[in-house]
Amino acid sequence: MSKTEPTALERFTNGILPENPIYRQFLGMCPTLAVTGAMKPAMTMAAATAFVLVSANVIISLMRGLLRPHLRILVFTLTIATFVTIADRFLEAYFYAMSKELGPYVPLIIVNCIIISRCEICASKQSVGVALADALGMSLGFALALASLATVREILGSGSWFGVTLLPAGWPHWTIMILSPGAFFTLGLLLALVNWVGRRRAEAAALRARIKG
Amino acid sequence: MADEPRQGGYLRQAWLVIVLALVYGGALAATQTALGPRVAANRLREAYREIPKLVGLDGEANIVPIELTAADGSQRQAYEVVASDGTLAGWVLRASGQGFQDRVELLVGVTPDVSTITGLYVLDQKETPNLGSLVAEPPFRDQFRGLSTDQPIAVVTSTPTTTSQIRSVTGATISSTSVAELVNRVIEDMKTPLRRLRSGGK
Repeated sequence: MSKTEPTALERFTNGILPENPIYRQFLGMCPTLAVTGAMKPAMTMAAATAFVLVSANVIISLMRGLLRPHLRILVFTLTIATFVTIADRFLEAYFYAMSKELGPYVPLIIVNCIIISRCEICASKQSVGVALADALGMSLGFALALASLATVREILGSGSWFGVTLLPAGWPHWTIMILSPGAFFTLGLLLALVNWVGRRRAEAAALRARIKG
Repeated sequence: MADEPRQGGYLRQAWLVIVLALVYGGALAATQTALGPRVAANRLREAYREIPKLVGLDGEANIVPIELTAADGSQRQAYEVVASDGTLAGWVLRASGQGFQDRVELLVGVTPDVSTITGLYVLDQKETPNLGSLVAEPPFRDQFRGLSTDQPIAVVTSTPTTTSQIRSVTGATISSTSVAELVNRVIEDMKTPLRRLRSGGK
């Protein structure tokens, strides 16, 4: 490839907003919709995914010289599955109630496309430092996206944030917000908001450029 | 093909996969050795919290784990639940088997004479979220309370018409049937040994 690969800093910042896994790439929709009814499960999911993503990216990057094209996906999956199983057992041992609440969604991190796509796009081609920065940026972007959904849904649905009651007792809990339809409504509205803000900023930048030129 | 570069033997192709499988397998074994006992203790604590409720007790109860030889000759785990006044409140049986997607683990409460089911609790399941997973929720499992152990429980998809029927979770007939069959089997296997223990022992 003649195109130069992004640097570590670019990889890190890209993951947070410009290439945000949820708002820009639409990857990892299953956990995004399923576990964002409240902040606690959403942040546990974000932490577990971050652990798997960082571990997988670093290990794949270290082995990138040994990968064979037709066996690489197998190696990615093997690596991801191992770390997911470790994360799942860890949660079951130390955060049993949360592990029960998340149920099959922790084992399902294995099929989270964010992780395998980072292995393919970045870790199998770039050095460990870049792969680590990439994993951290993407994990942060994923965590922020989950937090944005969970914040809206928990406050409107349960009147609380991270389990701390925020709204007055008179608040009629919008139960639909913690149910599946609430996940779709919130994601749709937040996506529209992010796109709208993005377009406004692009237009403003174009206008400034025209005035200057 | 003649112009294709030499690919080498299978080992040269796949040695990395083989090495990784061994290393990762070792890492998982180590994780299991380190965390397994803690996970088991967590499950046991949850079971002990639920056991009194499954035989209709509210407060303190003395739970005695027992091992019994079931009707099919296998060793099974059960719990003898004694109320605070010293009377036998009932038995809680452990059952596990295949659900729709993965193993399902159950606790089944029965009266001291093993004539009636007094409660059902799902300790572990990985059924489809919000579909098969609903077998773990009260609307489904409360249907078992009060059923007689004289005839097997049948699962129907409409409103039950006899006292030995329960209604399946909509869209999760296999998960529902698996649970009912596990309950039927554990009662069938344990009925005689438990009754014998009760009349012979204490």
